[in-house]
Amino acid sequence: MSLTVTGLKVYYRTLRGDVKALDDVTFSLADGEIMGLAGESGCGKTTLGKSLIRLDGRMRHAGGSVELNGVELPIGEDARMTEFRYGDVSLIPQYGMSALNPTRKIGRMIRELLESRGIRYATIRPELEHRLALVGLDDGVLDRYPMELSGGMKQRAVMVISTLLNPSLLIADEITSALDVSTQRAVAEALVGFRDHGFVDSMIVITHDVSLVYQIADTIMVMYAGKLAEKAPAEVLVSSPRHPYTQQLISALPEVGVRYQGKRLSGIPGSPPTLLDPPAGCRFRDRCPLAFDRCVEEPPFVETEAGHFVACWKVG
Amino acid sequence: MLRLDGVSKTYRAGAFGGRHLTAVRDVSIELRPGEMVSLIGESGSGKTTIGRMVLRLTSVSGGAITFDGDDISTLEGRRLKEYRRCVQGVFQDPFSSYNPVFKADRVFSMLRTNFFPGVPDAEWRHRVEDALISVRLHPDAVLNRYPHQLSGGQLQRLLIARALLLDIKVLVADEIISMLDASTRIDVLNLLGDLKDRGLAILFITHDLALGNYISDQTVILRRGQIVESGVTERVFTNPLHPYTRQLLTSVPQLHRNWSDIDTALAVAPGRCAYHTQGGPTDGRQLAEAEPDHLVACLATGGNTSCPDG
Repeated sequence: MSLTVTGLKVYYRTLRGDVKALDDVTFSLADGEIMGLAGESGCGKTTLGKSLIRLDGRMRHAGGSVELNGVELPIGEDARMTEFRYGDVSLIPQYGMSALNPTRKIGRMIRELLESRGIRYATIRPELEHRLALVGLDDGVLDRYPMELSGGMKQRAVMVISTLLNPSLLIADEITSALDVSTQRAVAEALVGFRDHGFVDSMIVITHDVSLVYQIADTIMVMYAGKLAEKAPAEVLVSSPRHPYTQQLISALPEVGVRYQGKRLSGIPGSPPTLLDPPAGCRFRDRCPLAFDRCVEEPPFVETEAGHFVACWKVG
Repeated sequence: MLRLDGVSKTYRAGAFGGRHLTAVRDVSIELRPGEMVSLIGESGSGKTTIGRMVLRLTSVSGGAITFDGDDISTLEGRRLKEYRRCVQGVFQDPFSSYNPVFKADRVFSMLRTNFFPGVPDAEWRHRVEDALISVRLHPDAVLNRYPHQLSGGQLQRLLIARALLLDIKVLVADEIISMLDASTRIDVLNLLGDLKDRGLAILFITHDLALGNYISDQTVILRRGQIVESGVTERVFTNPLHPYTRQLLTSVPQLHRNWSDIDTALAVAPGRCAYHTQGGPTDGRQLAEAEPDHLVACLATGGNTSCPDG
């Protein structure tokens, strides 16, 4: 078991009270597993990714624990997390490619980063060139400024930088959303390559695009309003989802070949509850066609079949 | 109704404007009432520039855009206003289309001062409510609210309602659903379909092939400012002839089909260049008719690939 998250709660402090962005989340990630984390905006997927590496000033660790390879991560303590960051847990942040320092050449940026970790650049340079070649970049990019690279090249450079120290867990947050379709595919496939080459043990790929993670992930986990809704092997989740939210979400996606005249798709009416003071029980019940009396109690996230977890009273 | 005839757009680039950058080259499209044309391309393909030229937010460098026979670049004053009454646009980011200081429904009152000063209050309220209902918004839920109190989907539908108040004939929808969540985007898309069924002509600009395929009647695939393939949506998607269209189709992530499956399905070597086998270059047109209602450019259009017959 590479990563085990138990009862994790992370709240955002606001003037009006705590926003329960992540409420009692429990799941685990196997060695070598690529997990897609999907959900709509505001469902807590980015919060989950960030809380595994660094809580920012507004976030508060309100309970639960995270264990990586048998060692508990002190996620609530910023200073103690430093020794785990980059080496054990690494993140490719959302808009990471726009966050490159414009006044540094890529090579110098990597040198400074490694030196801050007490590692000599020269010892890692051959491996760096090897990895750049793997994602289709030549070592000339090290002598270029970020503005001289295209979006896809920057994104791939960021991916190489983030995984240079072979972290055991990599969190990739919306890494393809700003890219063109053909670049998107190259970047997504490079991510799988990193796992296959053993650069990272396991990966959480956060995205709003279920069809993209379906292409690259082993398992997909769907979140709704700060809670887990369903986790299953990618093929199972897409072909036979069991949670009513997942079912409606999947059926709302237009595919190449589906046409408005032939098969009219429909969205999910309503909107998610506010997380400032969320209602008790199942948070999807107001929009759920299957809702019944019992939904005022909170459904547990249980394993209904091997590897298939669902939080719904109507299932299992 | 709205025709683009060999439209081009050249920008001056470089420090002193010495270089020229062609963003759109020789593009011809026709929009008919009750028809939706999707303009598909990657970033830098000129799709937004075309939308802006149609809305007269950007001038045309070559060719002409005509609306009911009038060249739109010559319109001024009252006639330009009349054109704007018929042709409106909705853009990608709904939040930046509103002034956050004012309530969201200010877009309606501004419209009233500019276009309908003579309409009495009760009548105007009635019209606004009708427009809101036709975009499936509940008037009480959206009127009198600030933009931050509404969701992206609601704001985007308010903008469509605003366009509908003008009794428009052409709507330019530039990436209007790429910022929306999967559960709401399909509703906005269906709304466009309903408006189209009521006789509106829609220019749907997108980078997402699955969305374009779902909703549009005609598809135009752009690459580096040039059309590489266009025609009836089903034909373009079931029988892609240009290697660039094929490349796009193999890169789109699909549900239920792996990238490797799609690769094998589309791996058939592209046939001969329909453009050159029909003796294309002689008549000066950029596109050759490969089958009825399905046009394709020379396989070498847009760079990279070479043409086996050219």
